[in-house]
Formats: sequence, structure tokens, C-alpha cells
Amino acid sequence: MMRAASWAYLILAYGFIYLPVMTLVLFSFQGSGLPVPPFDGPSLQWYGEVLGDRDVTDALIHSLTVSLGSSAIAVALGFCAAYGLARFILPGSALIRGLLIAPITVSYLIVGLGLLIVLTNAGLALSLLTVAIGHVVINLPLAFAIIYASMGAQQQNAERAARDLGAGELQVVTLVTVPMVAPAIAAAFFLSVTLSWDEFIIAFLLSRFDITLPVEIWSMLSSGLSPRLNAVGSVVFLVSVAGVLILELLVLRRRRA
Amino acid sequence: MTADVTLSGVSHNFGDFRALTGIDLQIAAGEYVTLLGPSGCGKTTLLSILGGFLEPTSGAVHIGGRDMTRVAPAKRPTTTMFQDYALFPHMSLHDNVAFGLRMAGMGKAQRHAVADEKLAMVGLGTSGHKRPHEVSGGQRQRVALARALAVEPDVLLLDEPLGALDLKLRRAMQDELKAIQRQVGTTFVHVTHDQEEAMAIADCIVVMNAGRIEDAGPPARVYRRPATLFTADFMGEMNHLPAKVDGSGATTALGTVPADGIRPGAATVCIRPEALSTGAGTLDLGPATLRDAAFFGTHIRAHLTPEAAPGLTLVAHLPPGASAEPGTRLQLSAEPDAILVYPEDSP
Amino acid sequence: MTGARSGAAGWGFVAPALLWTLAFFIVPFVVMGAMSLATLDGRTLVWGLHPDNYVELATRAYLWRAIIVSLEITLTVTIVSVLLAYPLAAIIAFRVPPRWQRLALLLAILPFWTSYVVRSYAWLLVLAQEGIVNRALTGIGLLDDPVRLANTRFATVTGFVHFFVMLLTLTIYANLVQLSPNYRRAAMDLGANAFQTFRHVILPLTLPGIVTGAFLTFVLCIGDYVTPQILGGNTELTVPQVIMVQLGRRANFPLASALAIVLMGIVTLAYLGCARWLRLDRI
Repeated sequence: MMRAASWAYLILAYGFIYLPVMTLVLFSFQGSGLPVPPFDGPSLQWYGEVLGDRDVTDALIHSLTVSLGSSAIAVALGFCAAYGLARFILPGSALIRGLLIAPITVSYLIVGLGLLIVLTNAGLALSLLTVAIGHVVINLPLAFAIIYASMGAQQQNAERAARDLGAGELQVVTLVTVPMVAPAIAAAFFLSVTLSWDEFIIAFLLSRFDITLPVEIWSMLSSGLSPRLNAVGSVVFLVSVAGVLILELLVLRRRRA
Repeated sequence: MTADVTLSGVSHNFGDFRALTGIDLQIAAGEYVTLLGPSGCGKTTLLSILGGFLEPTSGAVHIGGRDMTRVAPAKRPTTTMFQDYALFPHMSLHDNVAFGLRMAGMGKAQRHAVADEKLAMVGLGTSGHKRPHEVSGGQRQRVALARALAVEPDVLLLDEPLGALDLKLRRAMQDELKAIQRQVGTTFVHVTHDQEEAMAIADCIVVMNAGRIEDAGPPARVYRRPATLFTADFMGEMNHLPAKVDGSGATTALGTVPADGIRPGAATVCIRPEALSTGAGTLDLGPATLRDAAFFGTHIRAHLTPEAAPGLTLVAHLPPGASAEPGTRLQLSAEPDAILVYPEDSP
Repeated sequence: MTGARSGAAGWGFVAPALLWTLAFFIVPFVVMGAMSLATLDGRTLVWGLHPDNYVELATRAYLWRAIIVSLEITLTVTIVSVLLAYPLAAIIAFRVPPRWQRLALLLAILPFWTSYVVRSYAWLLVLAQEGIVNRALTGIGLLDDPVRLANTRFATVTGFVHFFVMLLTLTIYANLVQLSPNYRRAAMDLGANAFQTFRHVILPLTLPGIVTGAFLTFVLCIGDYVTPQILGGNTELTVPQVIMVQLGRRANFPLASALAIVLMGIVTLAYLGCARWLRLDRI
């Protein structure tokens, strides 16, 4: 009885979780112009239309640029901070850790609003650069936390051994530390890319002429339900899933190692 | 509260892996039994089947004469003391011990009295208000014991209960476990891989290997007359001599020893290090040269090379006062009843 | 100098991240605080220590109302999400065979990675007048005419719950599997039935994880603009929606900042509430 109820609940839960995604993907292949039942596809015309739309493809490239660029910066900064805090005795290190983690606890809207006020008052024009700055602010805490957690005593002994064998500080970091925490660095990078790729509110507040894909989708929304939105939403979903699967494979590989 | 346990034809498979094969075992009520064997021998699987956490692929478990093969852990007259103790970290020691009584619906005042009594029995009468993380490993072990005994089981199952303790504490706890078992009279089934622990504590040792029972009996018998070569080796250090059995006995490089009842063919002759003595004895094993030796307090452990078989090395325990200069020439002998002979294909 | 771990070099490693956080998080935050005390004279910004915005917050009903709406929606979402996610996480952790658990979990949270905007749009499709749910309900005769599901608070809550059920399933599952299976075995061995094992052992041991997940849900939900904007319609506004209105239509940065500070205040109160509660549980 309990067993049957469990499986029934599991099926219902998966149904609820997948209902919107399945609807989205199914009606991206809709034949006519409205993404509601009855389904009269399959047709690829909306994918063709969306991928032929300069605004969409530009936004896609902007999103990729911003997410890869901001993630690279966030991971580089996060790694250095993690190394500094894990390997050196610094006064007030607990406070520094708290400060670096703090942006996680504040909603993206507030981070974006604060940056908007400061950047415009500083006379900086809104652009993809300002979006990337915002994305580094929200991804740096995650990158730092993930990499910091992976720097255990075991690595520290290997670093000591390398130093003992004559390696300089830079050689220790590049030849010993980075390879050893590589899985954490990669995990932090892909998580950061995925979050930045999906992020809307900061990108919306901090951009003007060049916009990212979520902002482009937002503007398409104002014209109501359309299979074009389904098509572009399905593409975004696929890219995110690919990112998650890469992350999963990396984590699995680390588990096995 | 106590009961006897009977296992008949118990086998268990994990997928393709045969963890247990045809286990038949009788445990008398009130007996202290240890299941002894190397890791992976199936002893913990057997304990899980006794506790009801695993259902055997085939065979039956009877406890106190009742068929328990498919009865859930909660409904069995057994309790388990887990290797990691599994004390509930959010409850005081007192509430941990009283948990089983609470589940049985016992009133608050009564179960508190029982919990106090059980904590006092394991020497923790004044620590009941503490949380598990506030006491030492040895104390946690005692609480786990008190918790399992509080519901007055017929059979207590202990899964490597002393494994997490350091050697000194472990030896002390062995004596205490034994004393508590005598006091409560419950049947104890105790899994361990430490043969010294098994000998120190058990009324009956069950030696297991590769999912089968190799030997079962009182410690002295299992040590002195092990049923199989595996048991002989597992119970303690053993000298092996290749031999050939025929009508006159087992012939080795060091002479012929009695081998009554062993079928003719290749065999292994075993002698424990402490059974080898120097000087004249009933059974003469010829001269040997001392290669090196180490002082162990109660004896000197020496490596010897027999002159009749220079390729062999024997280990002997010499009296602590003996001279142990390398190169010393000794005359070896043994008593016939300390010599064991196993046919070659013995498992 | 091998093994010398002086502070100087350490600061060199920490400085870039620290400066970034100071420049682009702490400074904006302080400036936003100052901005909330500024005021508008016509369209001109006047810095200073003016309580005007907070007075307006306390007196204007539509601002008050937004705070109430935000709190109502967030609390509903948090409670419903925890109640739905806990059984799902428990089923995956205890009923699904171990070798399939990772896949089951991955599947349960995969749509988590759809973008905010797309996920809310997808719910709009599902709940639309002509959408799948209405078609199914009228099709099987449960309804005569389609009901209005989209652009209601129900739609907002559904969209949020969908997201947070996935998030909470992940955190609660992680909590459940890190418990030694011997806790459950010990409880059942001592005579507890499935419900008692859950009530006395599993639930107390996973409570800190549940509270952490619920707090995360609260913080993310109360600060979100996209979901209520797409799914909720404009009959009632949440605080983030009012902030965006102030920014967009009126460029009223001072009032928007004051609302943001209030939002932060609510989150801080929630944190203090949880922290106190958590500490009580640990003693």
C-alpha cells in the first residue's frame, strides 16, 4: 500500500515538474501560430524563424560572451581568494570569508539596483560590460565557496612537498594546486556559466542597447503567446541542460577518481 | 530474557555474489557466540539476517522455536548494537536508552526508571542528561549497549562493537561485555575479525570464510584442534610443513608424525610456535639453527632453519630466559598431540 | 623561505576578490542606503537625511499592500513547497534503488535549469484560457467552461512552487542520504513503526536542513520580480514589482531604494527568526 502510494506520488511529482517544460517543447513544433492545443505540428518553421532573427542570434551571442567572460573572472578571483584564505594566516579571515559570501544572501534585484545607482552616477554607460560586472558579483561567492571547500589538508601537504623540492610560489599554484582542485574549478565555472546564462533581472537593469537572451525573450513576451517564444525557450533550455550534464559528468568523474 | 537460535540452510546472494552458502548453526539460550572471520566472509550479512535487516535468499531462522525468517526487525525479540552505535544525536543519552520502551508504549515514569537503571548498569548513571557528542567513544559504546538491552531482548546482536575503540579500551570493554552478558543472561551474538577478542569473550567461536562456516566450538578446542587449515591459520600463527601421508603416518622433511584417520596423499602438517620446544621430547624433529630472535616479554620469538630442510623457516616461542644468539644450534621436539595434519585439498 | 606563510603574500591573493566585492557590492549597497534617505524635488535628486520615503511607505496603502501581498505569497510558497518536496525527496532517498537515485534526482531537478523567464512563460502556456489544463478539465467534463488560471495569484504561486519544489527536493534529499542508515535501522529495531521512525528520528535530524531550504526559498521568492510579473497579472503587485514600477515609469530611485531596504529588513528578520530557532534545536 505504502509502496504503491510512493510510486504514485513520484509519478505525479514528475508530471508536475515536467508539465511546463514538455508543453514548451511540444508547442515549439506547433504548425499554426498559437502554442495551445490542439497540436497541429510537427513543424520546424518557428526554429527557422527564430534562428534567422538577427535580434535573437545577437542576443544569444551576447549571452554566451557575458556568461563565459563573467564566469572566467569570477572563478579566477574566487580561486585566488580561496587559495589566500586556505593557505595563509590572515587577520580577520572569518570576516573576509563572510564578506565574500555576503552577496549570496541578497536578492539579484537589490544587487542590480545598487549597481545601477552607482554605475550611472559614476558616469559609466550601461552595456554588456556592466552586465558582466553584475554577474561576477553574484557568481563570485559561489565560485569562492566551491573552490574553498575543496582545498583540504591533503593538498596542503602536496604543496609543502613541492615547496620542499624547490618549487616557487607561482609554480606551486600552477603545477600542484590548480591541477588538484581542477574538478572544483570546473564545477564552479560551469555552475557560474549556467546561472549567468539564465540571469534576467541584473541583465535587464544594467544593459541598454546590446541585450542578453533572457532580456530579448522578455521583450518578445510583450506581444503575447507565440510558438517563436517556445522555440527560443526550448533552445535556452537545451543549452542549460547541456551545461548541467557536463557538470554532472565532471562530478561523477571526480567521484570515481 | 533469553532464547536459542537455529539457522537452517541459510544462503544469501547479492546479485551474482554468493555472500552466504548453506549456513547451519545452533546457538543455545544464554550463550555468548562470536562470528569470527576476515572482512567479506559473510559474518555481518549473517548478523543482518538474524536482526531482520536482510531476508535470506533461502533457508530459515528460528528464534526461541518460532520462525522469524520473514519477521520485521521491530517484531523480533532481537536488538542490534550497530558498529557506528547509531545513537540518536538529537536525544540525551537517557532518551536514547528509553527510546525502545517509549515505542513499546511504556509510561514516562516507568521508562525513565528503567533507563536510569540500565545506564547505571553500564556505569553512566550520572551522565544521562548529556548528548552523544558530549561523551567519549567508549561511553557511547556503553550507551548503545544499554539502549539495546533496555527492551530486554532475547538475543543481542553486536556488529564489531569494539572496532572503533583503541586497543587498551577494547580489552577492558571485552571483560565488561562478558560480565554484563553473565548478569543479564541474554544470548549474545558478536561479530568480530579479531581472534584474540573472540577467544577472550566467547563461549563458542564460529569461524567463517567465503560465506561458509569453517569451524564452530569452544575457544580452546577451536584453537588447539581446528577443524580446517583455514581455521588453524586464522586462530593464530602456524608453522606449515609439506607432508605425504601413507600407512605409517605423515612424512615430512623433519621426520614422520602420526596421522590417524587422514586419507593418503599430499598433506600439510601444522605446529603452533609455542608447541615447538628445545631439547628432548616425545617427537624428535632434529637440529635447527637460530637465524634471528626478538624478545616479547612472555617469550622469545625465534626464526629457525632446520638442518634437514634448509629451505624451510620455522617460528618458535622460546622461554624468555633462553639464549638467543644467531647461529645457536638447537635440538627441536614436539608433543604428538600438538601436531595437526590436513589433507592437501582441505579448504 | 619554504613553508613561510606570512600574511603579505596572502593579501595579494585575497585582494582582487575583496576589492571587487567592496566596489561592486558593498559600495552600491551603502549608496543605496543613502539614496533611500534622499528625496526628489520634481525630477531633481536631493541628497540628505530625508525620512520622506519611509513615511510614504508607512502611509501609502498601495505600498503597504505590496508588502502584505509579498509576505502572503512567499509564506504560502514556502510552506507548500516544503510539504510537496519532502515526500518526493524521501521517496527518492528511501524507495528508489540506490543505483537509480542519482538519475532520479537529476531528472527531478533538470527543469530547474530552465531560465526564469522561460519557465514562467511555460506556465503561462499551461494555464492559459486555451491551455492544456483548461482543455483537459473541460475535456473530461470536470468544467463546463475554461476558468481563469493565468494572471492570478494561483498562477504566481504555482510557478514559484514548481521552482522551489525542485530546489527543496535537492537540499532535503542531500540531508536524508547523509543520515547513517543505521539510525533508521536502530529505530525500527527498537520497535518504532514507519511513522514513529519518521516522527522521532528522521524529522528531527533533517529539521536543520529543512529550515535552511525554507529560508533559501523565502529569500529567493520574496525578491523575485519575473514570476509575479509574468504570471500574476496586474491586479496585485509584490514589492519587487513596485520597485520596478518606481524605477521604470517615474525614475524614483529614492523610493525604490527604500523599498529595497525594507525587503532586506524582512529577509534579515527571517534570518534572525530561523537562526534563533536553529540554535534552540541544537542545544
